[in-house]
Amino acid sequence: MTTTLTHRYRSGEIHEFRAQGADFIYLVTAGAIFAADTMTRKVLDLLGQHGEMDHDELVRALVANRISAADAEELVRELRLARAIQSTQVVHALMPAAPPADYPLQALVLNVTNQCNLACTYCYEFGADKIATPAGKPKYMSLETAKSSVDFLLKSADKREAVHITFFGGETLMNFRLLQDVVLYADEAAASAGKRITYSLTTNATLLTDEIIAFLSDHAIGVTVSMDGPPELQDARRVYKNGKGSYAVMEPRLRKLIAGHKTRAVTARVTLSAGVTDVQRIYRHLKHDIGFHEVGFAPVTTAGEERDYALDGDAMTGVLADFEALADEWLDYALQGKVHGFTNVSETISELIAGTNKSHPCGAGLGLLGVSPSGDLSPCHRFTDADTHTLGHIDTGLDQTKREAFLTKGHVASKYECSSCWARPMCAGGCHHEAFVRYGDTGHANLHYCDWIRQWTDRCLQIYGVLAQRNPEFLTRFAERKGLS
Amino acid sequence: MKHLKPINAKAFKIEADMASMEEDVVALQQTPRPHVPLGCSLSFSPGWEVDATGGTAGLCQPAERDIYDCYVTCFWPVQMADHVNYSPDWASNCAAATKDWRSLDIVFP
Repeated sequence: MTTTLTHRYRSGEIHEFRAQGADFIYLVTAGAIFAADTMTRKVLDLLGQHGEMDHDELVRALVANRISAADAEELVRELRLARAIQSTQVVHALMPAAPPADYPLQALVLNVTNQCNLACTYCYEFGADKIATPAGKPKYMSLETAKSSVDFLLKSADKREAVHITFFGGETLMNFRLLQDVVLYADEAAASAGKRITYSLTTNATLLTDEIIAFLSDHAIGVTVSMDGPPELQDARRVYKNGKGSYAVMEPRLRKLIAGHKTRAVTARVTLSAGVTDVQRIYRHLKHDIGFHEVGFAPVTTAGEERDYALDGDAMTGVLADFEALADEWLDYALQGKVHGFTNVSETISELIAGTNKSHPCGAGLGLLGVSPSGDLSPCHRFTDADTHTLGHIDTGLDQTKREAFLTKGHVASKYECSSCWARPMCAGGCHHEAFVRYGDTGHANLHYCDWIRQWTDRCLQIYGVLAQRNPEFLTRFAERKGLS
Repeated sequence: MKHLKPINAKAFKIEADMASMEEDVVALQQTPRPHVPLGCSLSFSPGWEVDATGGTAGLCQPAERDIYDCYVTCFWPVQMADHVNYSPDWASNCAAATKDWRSLDIVFP
């Protein structure tokens, strides 16, 4: 007697979405996006109704829908191989959690100072939820430490052709002298190592001068300005130590920067906090009144909703509605072949174009490391000067054991809640730092915004689906512009 | 792919992967096909989990006909007596393998 294995199918790990009246599937195990035809729709509907179906049963049901038996077999095979449907007998192994030991470094964030001339009330470095322990440590990075950092980056980049340095603080421009010296040194060092190097910095813009602006433009240093919007929103929490708002000081300097910086886009990074949630108004002010090229938004990081600046669930719902309205505008622009400045959509679309499937939420501890003023290495700038998260020192190198522990914890496969979430290829559990502040564990999934992330990702998938149908050339050009193709 | 249309880079990779499966050249698909003993499953070759009749009953098990067929005719080097050089008579007492396989003996070099 011959016994053959009978396949029994269920729906694969997919997220279905509709756009422009058509069906799409997002393949969670890969990050792939497919447009699905009506026959695929039929199979998914059948499996949706029945839960599981035997191969023959499924084929018979398709034949009953006037599909030939041969076509039905072919259809089932295609969907099975693409993993849009899966056999119940097949068990896919969990992803290995061990991080690569020799991942080449791509970027360093140099915290050139931990001092700041502002005292923003929600600051993760100085505010109520700070994790930094800067007492007794240098306040400004020395040139020696900075040069060692550059050498460390170039050496650890291995075969990479291009590396990047981000200058960060505190307030970065409080140590502008060092920044200048580092750029000149790193340009030479990179050239002799046969690598390209690019730079960026984040600043509150209050200390910009004509001289600084000229230097930033001459050396093609990308600038991100931390800014929360029009005067009353900016001044709600972005204040000096005496409580005075910073808008009036920064605004004229900012306009000069945008007018004078010819070589790189100037972008705004907005922190949304209680009462500062009018995303559309903030966007219009920063994009159209001030003239930023792009504007990105992120909710403030807090230990919990009891902080006076924290966003509660209702506020986050409002933010999402605003995000969606701006996303619609982004889509309208894209359909006309124009680029819109709402970074949050642009970033997500970039990842969808590539089909990103993240093992970790970001490059922290992988291709990116932070360096504190004292030379301590950390996963990223948000862990600067936090003793509990040191991953070595610039002079002694990376502590591989600590790095591995950090990355193993932060791997999406070690976050149980993520294993059943379709948005995990894009999210991978969310920011390590936010998880630590909120849950005391960098490896904890950021459960407080799961629904939010899923809804936002779904919206961006729909935008992607519409563009794939109505203006695919835009996606191609967008990918080229972002260096994805 | 006929029913799923790839629309991002990862989906195109999957399409290419699936296309390469369709065109995969397996040595045993060449013509003329090499002789494969009945019941041989070539256990290291995925896709041969069924025997030549499409079932599993005739798969390579320590059964008499495998031993005999591997020894005489198979292209695959197996751990059988060397009937060309050292043991030309190894199977001489085994006229019909299904009946006489017990008379196949161990070879002592």
